[in-house]
Amino acid sequence: MKIAVCVSHVPDTAAKINIGSDSKNIDQNGVTFVVNPYDEYAIEEALKTKEKFGGETVAISLGGDANKETLRKALAMGIDNAVLLKDSGFRDSLSVAKALAEEIKTQGAELVFFGKQSVDYDSSIVGQLTAELLGYNCISVVISFSLDGNKITCEREIEGGKEIVETALPALITAQKGLNEPRYASLKGIMAAKKKEIIEKQPVAAQNYIEIISMKKTESKQAGKIVGTDSSAVPELVRLLREEAKVI
Amino acid sequence: MNKFTGVDYYNVESLLNEEEIMVRNSVRQFVDDKVISIIEKHYREEKFPNYLIKELGELGLFGITLPQKYGCAEMNNVAYGLAMQELERGDSGIRSFVSVQSSLVMYPIFTFGSEEQKEYWLPKLATGEKIGCFGLTEPDYGSNPGGMITRAEKVTGGYKLNGAKMWITNGTIADVAVVWAKLDGEIKGFLVEKGTEGYTAPEMKGKHSLKASVTSELILQDVIIPEKNILPGSKGLKSPLMCLNQARYGIAWGVVGSMMTCYDSALNYAKSRIQFSKPIAAYQIIQDKLVFMLTEITKAQLLNLQLGRLKDKDEAKHTHISMAKRNNCEMALTIARISREIHGANGILDEYPVMRHSQNLESVKTYEGTHEMHTLIIGEDITGWSAFE
Repeated sequence: MKIAVCVSHVPDTAAKINIGSDSKNIDQNGVTFVVNPYDEYAIEEALKTKEKFGGETVAISLGGDANKETLRKALAMGIDNAVLLKDSGFRDSLSVAKALAEEIKTQGAELVFFGKQSVDYDSSIVGQLTAELLGYNCISVVISFSLDGNKITCEREIEGGKEIVETALPALITAQKGLNEPRYASLKGIMAAKKKEIIEKQPVAAQNYIEIISMKKTESKQAGKIVGTDSSAVPELVRLLREEAKVI
Repeated sequence: MNKFTGVDYYNVESLLNEEEIMVRNSVRQFVDDKVISIIEKHYREEKFPNYLIKELGELGLFGITLPQKYGCAEMNNVAYGLAMQELERGDSGIRSFVSVQSSLVMYPIFTFGSEEQKEYWLPKLATGEKIGCFGLTEPDYGSNPGGMITRAEKVTGGYKLNGAKMWITNGTIADVAVVWAKLDGEIKGFLVEKGTEGYTAPEMKGKHSLKASVTSELILQDVIIPEKNILPGSKGLKSPLMCLNQARYGIAWGVVGSMMTCYDSALNYAKSRIQFSKPIAAYQIIQDKLVFMLTEITKAQLLNLQLGRLKDKDEAKHTHISMAKRNNCEMALTIARISREIHGANGILDEYPVMRHSQNLESVKTYEGTHEMHTLIIGEDITGWSAFE
C-alpha cells in the first residue's frame, strides 16, 4: 500500500511574526521555519502504519525551495520518498488542495495523512477539500487510528468528548495532537535522508477564489492602571469602570 | 517558560550544513521534551535518569562519528559537537554520560580494539544496551596519570589486575570498564566486565556537583580477565590521552550549551524583573553583564566551529583542543555566576537552571585535564618549555 503524507513548512510557533511591507505577507526575516506541528503526527502515523503493514510512504509539500527543509526532516524521520510541488506564489486552500490531490492521484496513494490544520494560515480545511477532490473518505481531527484490512477505525475529538467512527479505504485522515508521539529524526535517519532525492514537480495550475487584502497584527494589550491600594480608591474604580470601561 | 530558540548573534548557523542543523534541532527538541522537564528532580535526588539511555541510543548519540557498520551514525565532528552542546544545555551530567560512552569507551575499543572486540561491543554500546566507563584517574594520580599504580600481570590464559581508580563517570552502572594499567611498565588498556570476580565499582557520594550523574570508584583485587580482553592496539600513556582528546573536544562544545541556557535565562529574567519601576534590563550594569555573556558565547561558538572543521580535516592538534576546553569551561563558569547575579536571590532556586549549571561547571572545568594543566600544555607548545615535567 502506498501512504502519502502532506506536509507544510510554517513559522516556528515560538517565532515573533511581523507583517511585511506589502501588508499581504509576513516578514520572513529572522523567522525560523519548522515542520507544521500537526503534520508531525501525520508523519508518525504514516510511519507506524507502514511499519505494521508494509508498503511505501511519500511526503508531499507545496511551496518554495525552503520547503525542502521540511521534506528533508520527513525523510530523516523515515519517510521513503519526497515530492516538492514547487510554487512560491499565493494559493488559497482550494488551489492547494487541487495541486495536492493531483499528486496523490499520480502517486496512487490509498491512504493519506494530513495535519488537522497548518499553524500559519489556520484555515483547517485543506485536508477535507483534498479528500473531496479525490473522492476519498475523510475523518478529521483524529486522536486514534487503526487499520484492519480495508476497514479504518478512528477516534476523533468532539466538543466535550470523543467519538469512534469507522470508514474504509481509500481514505484521508487529519491528525490531532494526541494521535501519537512523533519520533525524533535520529542521527542515522538524518544520514539516510541525505541519500534520498527530493523530486521537484510543477503543480497543476488552479484558480484562487480567495484573495488576501491585508494582514494586521492584533493590537497589543495596554498596561493596566492602579487607582489606589485601599478602600478609598473604590469610588474612583467604580467611576472608571462605569465611564471609561463601560462595563457596569 | 519560553521555548529555547538558540543563541546565535553572529549567524553562525549559516556556517553549518543542512545535516548539522538537523542534528542540532533534533537533539535540542529531545532535550526540551525529555531532559529539561525532569532534570531538576533528578539532580536534587542525586539520580541519573537511567531510562533515557535507550532513548539516547535510539537517537544515535553514542559514537556519533564511528562507522555505520558498527551501528553508529558516522557523522562529522561538528555534528558531534553540536549534539554535545545541546545535551549540556540540559545538564552536564547527561552530556558526560554520552561523552564517556562515546569518547572514552567506544573510541578506544574502535581505535585500539581487535575486530572481535569491535564487532561484539560497538553495536551494543551504540544502542545503549551496554554501558561503559573509563578508568584512568587514581586517588593519587590525577593530572599525572602516567604515575598510575594499577598493575596488570600476565597469567595463564589472561591477565591479573590490581589497583584502584577514582572519579569514574558511569562506573557503578557500567557493563564494561576500559581500565588502564601498567603491564611490565607499559600502560595498556583492558576490558573488565561487570561481575568479574574481584572487581567492584562503589558509587561516590556527597557531591555538590554533577549530581544527576553517577561517579564511582573502581576497585580491582586480583581480577583475572581473559587474554582476549586486552586492547591490542593500546601502547603507553598516549593511548588514554588520545581518548581524553576526544572527550575534551566534546566538553568544549558541551559547555557552550550551559552558557546559552544561563544567558537565555538571565536575559528573560532581566526583561521581566521590575525594580524601581522599570525592568532591570534597562540598567547599564545589567546590560554590561548581558553583553559580556553574549560576546563570550559568540567567541566560543566560532572557536568550536573552526576546531571542528580542523578536526574533520584531521588537522586539529591536541593543543588546539586544550585551548577550546580551557577557554570555554572557564567562560561557562563565569557566565553561570554572572547569570546567577542577574537573577538575584531567585538565581539560587531550582526554578532556574543557573545554579545547577554553575555547580556542574566546577567539575567540568576540572575533569579531563584541569584548567591549569591545559594552560601548561599550551604553554609548553608555544615556548618549548614544559612547566610540569
